[in-house]
Amino acid sequence: MVQWTDAERAAIADIFGKIDRDVVGPNALARCLIVYPWTRRYFGGFGNLYSADAILANPKVAAHGKVVFGGLEKAVKNLDDIKITFAPLSELHSEKLNVDPDNFRLLADCLTLVIAGQMRAAFTPEVQAAWQKFLAVVVSALCRQYY
Amino acid sequence: MSLSTKDKTLVKAFWDKASKKADDIGSEALSRMLITYPATKTYFAHWDDLKPGSAPIRKHGKVIMKGLVTAVSKIDDLESGLSKVAEIHATKLKVDPANFKILSHCILVVLSKMFWEDFTPETHVAMDKFLSRVSQAMSEKYR
Repeated sequence: MVQWTDAERAAIADIFGKIDRDVVGPNALARCLIVYPWTRRYFGGFGNLYSADAILANPKVAAHGKVVFGGLEKAVKNLDDIKITFAPLSELHSEKLNVDPDNFRLLADCLTLVIAGQMRAAFTPEVQAAWQKFLAVVVSALCRQYY
Repeated sequence: MSLSTKDKTLVKAFWDKASKKADDIGSEALSRMLITYPATKTYFAHWDDLKPGSAPIRKHGKVIMKGLVTAVSKIDDLESGLSKVAEIHATKLKVDPANFKILSHCILVVLSKMFWEDFTPETHVAMDKFLSRVSQAMSEKYR
């Protein structure tokens, strides 16, 4: 089981308290689709994803960014139980959506960069370490049902 | 994934702004790497202080940033431009090349944090590609 220090729990809670959920989710997903264009393969039904501008203006991308962020909020509410909490989501991504799990890491990196840009100086090295540990646990939980 | 003309233009334009804070970027990226990825500390066991912003970190941060300034100036031929430093990392320091990706990520975190308004999605792609190409050039001499 993942061990969280009090400092890590506090840092993660602080991040969620400071960032704007309607900015981070959509922005991170948009960046993922722009910076790593092969990730667009999973969003065939989203319409125009042919340019950075189109992706940034795409309402389905924005809506789905919020869904992704909602998943992270669920994880932080179940910090000691992420593996079990995410089992259905893992199965969904593996069996139904057929997402290559390497993509989870790419989206995680985009989330980190967007949060760094939102939090600025408050995103200290220690906060970054706690955040990336949290994302690593989430990604690991999402990978669990792949076989 | 090679750099397009547009990528190179974006990298140079962004670097023009960012390089004014080169020392801070280098020191902070290195500090973040050592804290977020503790395995990287194994390469710096000979330093007496690994705390963020310590003297050895500030000093080495400058060295890294000088390397990046060189890379930007040699963006059209990174393999020859970075040949000497690639050789050192491969044969003398024997740094596992997987770590270049880790430091690249930490550099991007610092750039995002310090220059968010200029770190647009298009600049982000260009810088991500550029650092990937730098990492690739740095990995040239290993075997």
